Amino acid sequence: MTSPTRPSLRTRLRRSPEAAGLLWVAPWLIGGAVFMFLPMLLSLWYSLTDYPLLKPPAYVGLANYRELGSDDRFWLVVRNTAAYAAVSIPLMTLLSLVLAAMLTPRMQRSAPGFWRTDRPERLALVAVFIPTLVPMVAAAMLWMWLFNARSGLINTALSWVGLRGPSWLEEPGWALPALVITGLWGIGQGVVIYVAALREVPTQLYEAAEIDGMGPVRRWAFVTLPMISPVILFNVITLTIGAVQVFAMPYILFRNERGQKAAGDFYNLYLYDAAFVYQRMGYASAMAWIQLLVVLGLTGLMLWMSRRLVHYRVG
Amino acid sequence: MNPPTTTWLRRTLLAAGAALFLLPLVWMLTTSLKPAEQAASGRVTLLPWPITNGVPDFGAGIGERLTEAARQGAANYDAVWSDPSITFPIYLRNTLIVAALSVVGMTLSSAIVAYGLSRIRWRGRGMVLASVLVTMMIPFPVLMAPLYIVFRELGWIGSLKPLWVPAWFGGAFNIFLLRQFYMGLPRELDEAARIDGLGHWGTFWRVIVPLSRPALAVVALFHFIYVWNDFLAPLIFLTHREDFTLALGLQLYQSKAGLTPWNLLMAASSLVFLPVLILFLLAQRAFVQGVAAEGVKG
Repeated sequence: MTSPTRPSLRTRLRRSPEAAGLLWVAPWLIGGAVFMFLPMLLSLWYSLTDYPLLKPPAYVGLANYRELGSDDRFWLVVRNTAAYAAVSIPLMTLLSLVLAAMLTPRMQRSAPGFWRTDRPERLALVAVFIPTLVPMVAAAMLWMWLFNARSGLINTALSWVGLRGPSWLEEPGWALPALVITGLWGIGQGVVIYVAALREVPTQLYEAAEIDGMGPVRRWAFVTLPMISPVILFNVITLTIGAVQVFAMPYILFRNERGQKAAGDFYNLYLYDAAFVYQRMGYASAMAWIQLLVVLGLTGLMLWMSRRLVHYRVG
Repeated sequence: MNPPTTTWLRRTLLAAGAALFLLPLVWMLTTSLKPAEQAASGRVTLLPWPITNGVPDFGAGIGERLTEAARQGAANYDAVWSDPSITFPIYLRNTLIVAALSVVGMTLSSAIVAYGLSRIRWRGRGMVLASVLVTMMIPFPVLMAPLYIVFRELGWIGSLKPLWVPAWFGGAFNIFLLRQFYMGLPRELDEAARIDGLGHWGTFWRVIVPLSRPALAVVALFHFIYVWNDFLAPLIFLTHREDFTLALGLQLYQSKAGLTPWNLLMAASSLVFLPVLILFLLAQRAFVQGVAAEGVKG
């Protein structure tokens, strides 16, 4: 029964913005529940069980976490992954910033002629971006070929200047540098983002700095860096999450009969083995939760540390 | 005014840097146009030499070498494409099926969710947006073991479903990108649509979607490339070889034959990369703007 002054529940629901909003975001809420939230909860439960995939999980308390503590391979992949992140992230950030600075001249966009505009820079930006489009498997095969000890392009080029190149993928000491080089090749996304950020720095700020007598280095340090610092923070967080997750490249580069097994072993390679080769879902889930907490912890730490370093524009 | 000397110095350095980034790809393509022995010879040259009397004719001119590259290239690509043990045509078909289903679902559902997070004011919207942002930080490998179990319970392991059904529920990154775009559209549009008697669905479909075609194209493009290139999810969820995608098939090709010559491996790699490259060159502007939007406005 509906009275004329009071609309029915149906009408009220239809008119309520909450009902409409929920309806529109329903795909995300359902998908998030089934493909994110549920798996995460399941994995928290599995991490407390012994779960050999074909049998039901059996509760074992914290046994998986304790076993990880004394698992040599676990600590090896933690060290390797941490080393990769620690070496690659600063190098990638530095190289991206240098390239982005070189790619962002202060020039008119529509002057006559090719060389008077920033079109040469735009072309170079495209060249730097293209490697990020190469499928990881194809990129890994290409780098295997470039790193080839006998007839690879890199060692051939080194021999021209009288150097004998190493067996990049087979000697323990060269696995990490090789992986870092492949990572540096793929910085294009970061460069594009930095270029866009640099283009948004207001020109008046540079003019004011010049009037104040600042040289190019101090202009960079006191104008450019503060202005793009939120973007740098975003990029460093993205790079960190990416470095912790590294999988396809080392999987293909090092998992072959001659590849470097120990130095080329990374966290998610072990996680993959634990889950799908040894079929220890419980153990793999414990590794997954540790990884998640480390990623969230690192992100939180970076956000916290950056409070004083990052400058947000007002308005 | 002509650019000053420092500009030219900077540009020379840039040209060298850009060349360094492209060199590996050039090497991939040229290797794929050579016969196996010449590819492995360690000689640095772009084009193969024609063979006369069983040995390379190093005196050959550029024309003859171009002809040889075309001939040898065709032979290499044909050898990869029609290798009976690896069936790239079937992998291509699977990849296109997954990509088509996944891209349509991802674009449509992300746009719908983004509409709910930007054009409707409601209590709880902020919390849902926060859940989208938090999700962006969760690495896929963290989910892969339990997702496998979920898909197994759903009976999807051994089919292509794990690779495209989740896309129909939206992706955090794409939702966020579109939401940022929609926040920038003037509110008067919705009011005008309301006066014209359009509800939310009508406003979305007739006003917001037409206005956001460039942003939707960016989402569709990025997701297509993501699906085309993805290796880990197919590796885990695909069990039958006839369901493999190109990326997974390429890895199979590399791993099963330790003795596959480099010219064929590079031909296979080029084959998988070239469609992405062509797509990029056709839609270059959208790409660069999309990446920039991710980082600067994000």
